Amino acid sequence: MTSAPMTAQLLATAAGALLLTAVLLLWRRSIAGAAGLLAVQGMALAGLSTAAATEGEPVLYALAPLLALIKAAVIPALIWRGARDPDAGTEASPVVNPTTGMLLAAALTTVAFLVGTPVASATARSTGAATPVGLAVVLIGFLMLATRRQALGQIIAFVVVDNGIGATATLAGGGLPPIIEIGVLFDVLLVVVILLVLTRRIRRVLPLPDISRLNELRD
Amino acid sequence: MAAIVWAIIGAPVALAAWSLATPRSNLVRHLPLAAASTILVSGLVFVADLGEVPTALDGMLRVDALTAYLLCVVGAVAVVATGGAQTPTPNGRFSALMCLFLAAMSVAVLADNLGLYWVAIEATTITTAFLVAHGGGRHGLEAAWKYVVLGSIGVAIAFLGIVLLYTASGDTPSLSSVALVGRPALAETAPIGLALAVLGFATKSGLAPMHSWLPDAHSQAPAQVSGLMSGVLLSVAFAGILRLKAISDHALGVELMRTLLSIGALLSLAVAATLVLTQRNYKRLLAYSSIEHMGILALGTAIGGPVATAAVLLHILGHGLTKAGLFVVAGRTLHATGSHEIADVHSLLTRSPSLGRAWLAGTAALLGFPPFGLILTELAIVVAGYQRGMGLVTTIALGLLLVVFAGISRHVLAMTLTRHSAVHDAPDERSSPFESDPATRPQRIIVLAGFGAVACLPLLAWPLADVLSTATSALGLTP
Repeated sequence: MTSAPMTAQLLATAAGALLLTAVLLLWRRSIAGAAGLLAVQGMALAGLSTAAATEGEPVLYALAPLLALIKAAVIPALIWRGARDPDAGTEASPVVNPTTGMLLAAALTTVAFLVGTPVASATARSTGAATPVGLAVVLIGFLMLATRRQALGQIIAFVVVDNGIGATATLAGGGLPPIIEIGVLFDVLLVVVILLVLTRRIRRVLPLPDISRLNELRD
Repeated sequence: MAAIVWAIIGAPVALAAWSLATPRSNLVRHLPLAAASTILVSGLVFVADLGEVPTALDGMLRVDALTAYLLCVVGAVAVVATGGAQTPTPNGRFSALMCLFLAAMSVAVLADNLGLYWVAIEATTITTAFLVAHGGGRHGLEAAWKYVVLGSIGVAIAFLGIVLLYTASGDTPSLSSVALVGRPALAETAPIGLALAVLGFATKSGLAPMHSWLPDAHSQAPAQVSGLMSGVLLSVAFAGILRLKAISDHALGVELMRTLLSIGALLSLAVAATLVLTQRNYKRLLAYSSIEHMGILALGTAIGGPVATAAVLLHILGHGLTKAGLFVVAGRTLHATGSHEIADVHSLLTRSPSLGRAWLAGTAALLGFPPFGLILTELAIVVAGYQRGMGLVTTIALGLLLVVFAGISRHVLAMTLTRHSAVHDAPDERSSPFESDPATRPQRIIVLAGFGAVACLPLLAWPLADVLSTATSALGLTP
């Protein structure tokens, strides 16, 4: 068992790393670099899960390595491989510039703390106080989703949203029942795989996989 | 009975493995129908014996009356969709994905755990992604991309809602909807959780304003996939909203869900009314009609009470059978005419009588012409709306329904009856028969049997009365 101060440190570090990587992901536009940041974020999520396990059932300790494997290794590796395609490169035309992005991220984090405080006070767990961090990551993920035009950028945004929700669940509720967590983890992995396969196929018909050009089906 | 619960999930999975093991065998084409029949028969067994409530997996799977009824709906609609259309050549991967899709929908219906339900709903997106893209080409890929991205983001919102609901559910947090309906007090964050969860699942049910993926995905997918997605997947996602509403009504009063669902209902009907009128593609026409019917379900659910809720449940069955059949007929029409444009298909009744008749019968069922049963469920919802103080919303909805009615009739009559004199085709082309209807005799019979069942809906309501009233009381309503 981890001692209480150790847990508190782990919790603070992991929560900080989670928010920091989300902000950096918003700012950094190179996909290959983003894969590395996603790996760090995955490790932070596994760290949070370990910290929460000290207050919950021991089975949660078994979940953390699985989380680290999929979120910090498999998914970033898949995205990195997808980015190696010569024409994947960086975001071609950002919808918002980095400065605006940073300001919006700051605003969203503030909103997350306003909304998250009642959630945090509803839980008796010591990890509950950090709940707004999870919500902030979710909101930053949605911002990325709305501003990224490239297929891979959208996939990364989707993973960030999911990491944020996972962090919220871990911090506020000590995680969901293990069987559900595992199901969710594999669902997310499969969605990422499917989106990457679709991206590769879309690249064959559209040279630059800019999803705003997927606009032929409409009324 | 618990063994049957596992069989419902296990049989389709086993059939999927079989499809992958012998991908070239001709039998593979019929395996999805076998999976569908298993689900239908198991559902009927549960409906026949309502006294028991079998559970499995620590109560995460639970067969109450609502589950038993929905299993019958999934099975029956899937029999129409998979029996009415098969792939022309054996395709192991296609059949396997169809079977897994059916398994995922069964888990979603069986789950008495919002987390497991979520996992199953996400699994339906995963299994159908490549089925939507099956037609290939740029349009198929575009539809599949939008479907997976918007579907996954939508249910991600639902997941956030479920997490917040879980943390708000008290000292012993629970995700069981049955347990949560019994909880008197939820923490003050519960409304946010419930609203987000409903919003998320509304995306998967195709309710406006989160419907934008639906017309693309449903029009690009192969006939049997569109039939299943439109006929029953939307309703399986809507069943989650029904369960969430029961929790919300019990803990927070009816206002929250009534407001959310009324907005969703009116927007869906408005979207359908606007886009049906100007529609040029008959598969998209059917897709917008599905948005309309989801709007009707949302309206009935917003109204609430035993009558409207029972009507909603019966409407799910009637709409599912009709829409699955119509998508299959649309697939046959595409095969025979080579075009999905309404303008290219005319005089169907003389140029391909079996297709023309099927279109007319299916559309009559869809629009609720007597004797088809959908008019009764719609009337019940409207009457309940006026009785329960939702007169304004109901009146607006009625007006929009009339527009949809006029739009769909106009297009289908143009396809089946009108001699297309406005188009200056060569005279011989105008009246020449289309390529023959590709359906085999059993396939046609299955689709017509589906329409026939909708015609008998009032009669079916009688043997189903028990299961419907028990199901509505499972949703926290006393008849």
